[in-house]
Amino acid sequence: MAEAKFISHDKLQSWLDELAATMQVLAPAGQGDAVVFVPYAAGQKVELRRQATVSPKSALFPASEDLLRYNYRKNPENLGQVNVELEPIIAAEPTLIFGARPCDARGFMVFDRVYDGRKYKDPYYLARRQATLLATIACLQAENACFCNSVGSAPGDATGSDLLLTPLADGLVIEAVSAGGEKLLDSPLLTGAGDKVEEAAGLRDQALREMAEPLNMTPAKEKLTQLFDDIDFWGQVSAKCISCGACTYLCPTCYCFNITDEGTGLSGRRVRSWDNCMSFQFTLEASGHNPRPTKAHRLKNRVGHKFSYFPALHQQLIACCGCGRCIKSCPVSVDIREIVSKAIACHPPAAEEAAK
Amino acid sequence: MSQNPNLSPLVANPYLPDIGTIIETIQETHNIMTFRVVLDNEERMRSFHYEPGQVGQLSIFGVGESTFVINSPPTRREYLQFSVMRAGEVTAKLHKLSTGDRIGVRAPLGNFFPYESMKGKDILFIGGGIGMAPLRTLLLFMLDNRGDYGKIRVLYGARSPQDMAFSYELPEWLERGDLETVLTIDREVEGWDHKVGLIPNVLLEMAPEADNGVAVTCGPPIMIKFTLQALKKLGFKDNQIVTTLEKRMKCGIGICGRCNIGTKYVCVDGPVFTYEELRQLPNEL
Repeated sequence: MAEAKFISHDKLQSWLDELAATMQVLAPAGQGDAVVFVPYAAGQKVELRRQATVSPKSALFPASEDLLRYNYRKNPENLGQVNVELEPIIAAEPTLIFGARPCDARGFMVFDRVYDGRKYKDPYYLARRQATLLATIACLQAENACFCNSVGSAPGDATGSDLLLTPLADGLVIEAVSAGGEKLLDSPLLTGAGDKVEEAAGLRDQALREMAEPLNMTPAKEKLTQLFDDIDFWGQVSAKCISCGACTYLCPTCYCFNITDEGTGLSGRRVRSWDNCMSFQFTLEASGHNPRPTKAHRLKNRVGHKFSYFPALHQQLIACCGCGRCIKSCPVSVDIREIVSKAIACHPPAAEEAAK
Repeated sequence: MSQNPNLSPLVANPYLPDIGTIIETIQETHNIMTFRVVLDNEERMRSFHYEPGQVGQLSIFGVGESTFVINSPPTRREYLQFSVMRAGEVTAKLHKLSTGDRIGVRAPLGNFFPYESMKGKDILFIGGGIGMAPLRTLLLFMLDNRGDYGKIRVLYGARSPQDMAFSYELPEWLERGDLETVLTIDREVEGWDHKVGLIPNVLLEMAPEADNGVAVTCGPPIMIKFTLQALKKLGFKDNQIVTTLEKRMKCGIGICGRCNIGTKYVCVDGPVFTYEELRQLPNEL
C-alpha cells in the first residue's frame, strides 16, 4: 500500500470538499442529540468525536427502496387484454462513507455473506456495495456499551475498510487498506505521515488495551441451541422488552427486510423496507399460525441468529459487531451482552444431558 | 470502483418476476382454486426447468407475492399449475383472477422431493386438504416414470366430499391398476362410498408395510402430528418419512430472514425435509 498520509484538522473540510466533487460523501453530523450520516455538503461540520447514533448501513441497504415499478396497460390490439410491464430499479452512485467505525465496516462484512451468497446474489445491494468505499476512523476510546473486542474485532480494526483514519491531536493519519482507498489519497492537501504512523498504531493498541476484558462469546453457538426449548430462560431475559425494534433498526448487522407493493390504480412499485424480527407480524402466517408467537420466541431467534445460526453457517463469523447501539438506545435497557453471558453461564437440563 | 474484488459481478435479478398468463382456472372447492399458467416469454417457458416439490412465488402487482408449490410435474410441460387456498390478502385477490389475466411468477425456488433415492421403493402418499397439492406433483411424476417405483398408494383425506380438490382426477386414480387410492372424509355423508374417519386412523387400518417404504405426507399441523404417530406405530423410521413445509416468506432466496428454523431456511433448504432432518432442527414449526 501507498505511504501513509496526514491531514491537519484545519484542512479536513477542504479535503472533503475535494472528495465530494467526485462522488457522494456521507459523513456523520450532529442532529440534536443524535449523530447521523448525511450527504456531505461544502463547509459542513463533521462529527468524528463520538460514534454515530445510527449506523451507516442505509448507504448500502436503504430503510426503504423501490425494487421495481409495475404498470398495467391495455393491449391496444385487443382491449380486453391487460399487459403488465415491469421495470427494475437498480441504481448506485459512487459513494464514500467517511467516518464509519470499525464496527460499521464489520457490519457490512456480515451483509456480504448473505447478499453476495453462493446461490443467490442481491443485485440492488451489490451495485451499491461495489460503488462504495469506506473511510473508517479508529476509536481511541471505547464507550460504555462497546464490546467489539468480544466479537473478534478491535477499535482499530481495518478489516473491511478502504481507508483507516486515526485521530491525533493535530490531525488524522490516513492509511490505505485497499486499492480503492489508495486512489483517494491523491490530494495535494495530504502530506506524508512520517513517524506519526507509529504514534497512530500506538494509540490504537492503547485503545484496545483500555477496553473492558473481552467476553468469550463463541460458546454461545452451542449453548443457545441447547437452550432453544427453555422458554422460561427466554421469558426471563425478554421480560422487559417492549418489541419496539429500535435494536434492529440501529444494528449494523440486522439485514432482514419486508417486501410490499404500493400502488394506485394501474401502476405502482414493489418496495423493500427494513423489517423487525421483534414484531409479531414478522412470521405471522395467513392461517393465523405464528411459529414465533411471543417476544420470548422472537428475542430467542434474534440472539440465536447472531450468535449461533449465523456463525454456524458462515465460518464462525458472529453476526454482531459489538457496536453497542442496541444497548445504548434500548428504551428499557435490554443488554445483549448480558443475555449471551447468561446463556453461556446457564446450565439447562438439556445442556447437562448433552454433556453426559 | 469496486473496492472488494471478491464480490460477485452483477447478476440476474432474483426479485424480478416473469410475467405469465393464466390459461385456465379450476374452482376445486369453495376455498381452493387452481391456476394453470404459461410464461409469456416463450423461450423462458421452453427452458423452464424445475423439480417436483419446488415452489414459486405468484405476484399480483399492487397486492403482493405468496409462495405456492408448482403442482404439475416437470414431465407435463404445457403449463405450470398452482392450487391456491384462500387465506390472506394475496390469495383472496388471486381467487378473483380468470383466464387471460397476467400474474408474476418467480420460480422455481427451494429444494425438491428426493425422487432419485425413492426409486425401487414402495411409496405411500398421505395428503390432508390442500396438503394434497404438493403430493400431486410427485405422484404424477412417479406415474409418468411408473417403472422406477414399487407399489404406490395414496391416502387422501378432506373434511367432506366438497372439500376434496382434484375431484376430476380421482376416478382415474381409483381405477388405475398400478395405483391404490383410498379417500376419506371426516364425517359420514349420504352417497359417499369411500372411507370415513380421520387420516391417521384410516392409515392404521390400511396398515401399509414399512419395509422398503417411503411415506410422503403434507397437511395441516394437527393431521401431521397424529399421522407421524401412526407411521411410527406402523414401523416407519424417521428417514422413511418425507414432508414439505410452509412458512411466511418474502424473498424466497434465503435473505429476508423470516422462514428460518435455526440454521435452515425453509425457502432454500426446504420446503422438503425428511422427518429425520426435522428432528435435528430446533422445535419451531
